[in-house]
Amino acid sequence: MIPLNHYLVLGAILFSLGVFGALTRRNAIAILMSIELMLNAVSLNFIAFARYLPQTMLQGQIFAIFIITIAAAEAAVGLAIVLGLYRNFKTVNVDEINLMKW
Amino acid sequence: MTVQLGIFYILAAFVVWAAAIVVLGKNIVRAAVALIFTFCGMAALYVLLDAEFLAAVQVLIYVGGITILLLFAIMLTSGISSVTARVVNEQTPFSAIAAIGLLLGLIYASTRGNAAMAAPPRLPETAPFLGRLLLTTYALPFEAVSILLLAAMVGAIVLARKE
Repeated sequence: MIPLNHYLVLGAILFSLGVFGALTRRNAIAILMSIELMLNAVSLNFIAFARYLPQTMLQGQIFAIFIITIAAAEAAVGLAIVLGLYRNFKTVNVDEINLMKW
Repeated sequence: MTVQLGIFYILAAFVVWAAAIVVLGKNIVRAAVALIFTFCGMAALYVLLDAEFLAAVQVLIYVGGITILLLFAIMLTSGISSVTARVVNEQTPFSAIAAIGLLLGLIYASTRGNAAMAAPPRLPETAPFLGRLLLTTYALPFEAVSILLLAAMVGAIVLARKE
């Protein structure tokens, strides 16, 4: 039997990896990939809790379905923005896009 | 150490290794392929958690939709800066400290409490229960999310079209 803590710790590791990637990567698409990693870690936590609670309450899995849906919508819009960025700046490195910095 | 626990450790190691390649990999295409591996590993973990419908949904939507979209975007934006010298920016030490601090806090919060929590008996299948929940208790978020998807589709097309 797998204790619940194992799943929570795995979710924590994935989430902090995603945080590190979102804060340090230069490529905008790599930042989006790190955000997807964070969303997956949160989904894992929700589904782990849905398993270890009384099984008629599947709210964790419902929440994970909505997380997957919203992640798809966010990836589509985010990548459209990245394409617009590339068209205007000819680069997707976010530290070279500093027109609004003083 | 049962077979289930061994399988969990193998899957967890696989997912963490693939996620490390996503976050630290120099080649962005390899990072996207490692993201595919991460999603497949997560789907296997969902099967281990008796959420088989969600595992199928994860593979279909994440691997079959989002990573394909990411690979298209990588293909379309890898013009001049395809071989970059630096992968990470100058905030690496601080964000490493922040990420490790967050990890320690989360591990502390996750390992308190009753470690020997026994799982209740599992449902034979989850899809009928999910369907019933989505159409009764969670009907409002369900409809709202469909409007969100419509708005995201229209917005992505408007943002990405050539002027």
